[in-house]
Amino acid sequence: MNNLLIVGQYVPTNSIVHRMDPRIKMLIIFFYVIFIFFANNVVSYALFTVFAVGGTLLTKVPWRFIAKGLTPVWFLIVFTFILHLFVTKEGTVLVNVFGLPIYSGALEQGAVISLRFFLLILLTSLLTLTTTPIEITDGVESLLGPLRRFKFPVHELALMMSISLRFIPTLLQETEKISNAQASRGVDFRTGPFRERVRAVIPLLVPLFVSAFKRAEELAMAMEARGYRGGEGRTKLRELQVMKRDVAALIIFIIVVAAALITRDYS
Amino acid sequence: MDITFKQVDYTYQANSPFEHKALKDLTFHLPGGSFTAIVGHTGSGKSTLLQHLNGLVRPTSGSVQIGEHTLEPKKKPKQAKELRKQVGIVFQYPEHQLFEETVEKDIAFGPRNFGVAENEISRRVKESAEAVGLDLSLLSRSPFELSGGQMRRVAIAGVLAVRPRVLVLDEPTAGLDPRGQREIMDMFYRLHKEQQLTTILVTHSMEDALTYADHMLVLDKGEKYMEGTPVDVFQDRQALQQVQLDVPEIFQFLQKTSERFGKQLAYEGENFDRLAEQLADLAGDKK
Repeated sequence: MNNLLIVGQYVPTNSIVHRMDPRIKMLIIFFYVIFIFFANNVVSYALFTVFAVGGTLLTKVPWRFIAKGLTPVWFLIVFTFILHLFVTKEGTVLVNVFGLPIYSGALEQGAVISLRFFLLILLTSLLTLTTTPIEITDGVESLLGPLRRFKFPVHELALMMSISLRFIPTLLQETEKISNAQASRGVDFRTGPFRERVRAVIPLLVPLFVSAFKRAEELAMAMEARGYRGGEGRTKLRELQVMKRDVAALIIFIIVVAAALITRDYS
Repeated sequence: MDITFKQVDYTYQANSPFEHKALKDLTFHLPGGSFTAIVGHTGSGKSTLLQHLNGLVRPTSGSVQIGEHTLEPKKKPKQAKELRKQVGIVFQYPEHQLFEETVEKDIAFGPRNFGVAENEISRRVKESAEAVGLDLSLLSRSPFELSGGQMRRVAIAGVLAVRPRVLVLDEPTAGLDPRGQREIMDMFYRLHKEQQLTTILVTHSMEDALTYADHMLVLDKGEKYMEGTPVDVFQDRQALQQVQLDVPEIFQFLQKTSERFGKQLAYEGENFDRLAEQLADLAGDKK
């Protein structure tokens, strides 16, 4: 169980990307995800690729680790490529595989779509790799700030987010503990007919829910005991601040996007 | 059942930045029918060691032998279920594993999973409820209506009802009141004696280790730090303090008295009469 949960897990290397303002990181990723769909030729794709790969290098997170984190997605990327290879019928026929013609357009299309897919996942995974959950919720709260005018409960939403993020590892630990205990009492989670395995989940879920409710109650009490009264007039120990490196990152990003928009084919 | 660890290593999240060696080159042998206390500071690898005992995890290298079952890296044990039937583990805060509608069903859960016949199950439920000191009128109640101490007893009864040959206890008395602690530990000791259960107790209480165990294993950072009978281990207070552990109060008392009066007092089990005589002699010498 431990070994499966590396996808997007925070890796503290204290690189320049780690120290960036989470809001800037999220904005860049948000617009990257939109603008990558505008790329349509070699130059524009190259620009986006260089940006994502460069950003990854700056994080100082070992490549091996990132590649391992992407394992579940590799399959999808390869699958997309192969699907395009056989379905798209543009350009000239290159070869015949088992009687199915492969077109040059298909090769191109498949490569492009897979690359786009890969870049999207690489860059978005950088957010969680380099940003602690607390920073992410702080960033979300700050970015959604303007919505407060429309009576949108921004603070409550951020609090809910940070509490759920905080308790993911706790609940996972709890799940492992309880599943160990029930396995010791002879429950078999892995083999046996499907119906049996579904039934085996009950001894896991009931104690998990019981403890989650208990935890929620205890947390609420602890918060009240420490004088929590909602977001009204609440200040922060660490204010988010846009620094030179954030401005620099933003400028680089804008240049990349602008260059990509200029160089793309409009025909 | 004999338990043998041979050069066992266990690594969490191998080949990642979070790699953590929980057990390092651990070798020891526990003869069948022995009562072993395992002590160690938090993070010394006690819980990981326990999980090896019924095949919840397999060693990263080395081997573990439990009776006829062998656990080796990269080889799924053939009869994991049979092993789990013979090794009962009472985890920390076992009441967190309760889930059935009634106490009776929860105690019967283990035996039912291991394929015990129905009429035999009801017999075992009563027997183990009595063993842990549960009133039989509670059997039809929901376990979630009971007090913390009673829930603990239900969970323990659930493990006992499987009738394991090896009983593994991970701080079974944590969070109980002093009287409950005593009762539960005495109950385990009685079962150990009556059924020659091989018992392994993980504990922070040096007093319990001294009172109940005949063998003791001190772990530090995943390695074996000391091993021997509790009385032998407790002779070396300095070594224990180096790994944030201490000796039972009676040893501290003997050591202080020896230092104060310059005469070595011997530990004579928990025999306070003998201790009193020795103290009287000391007082006599003084005059």
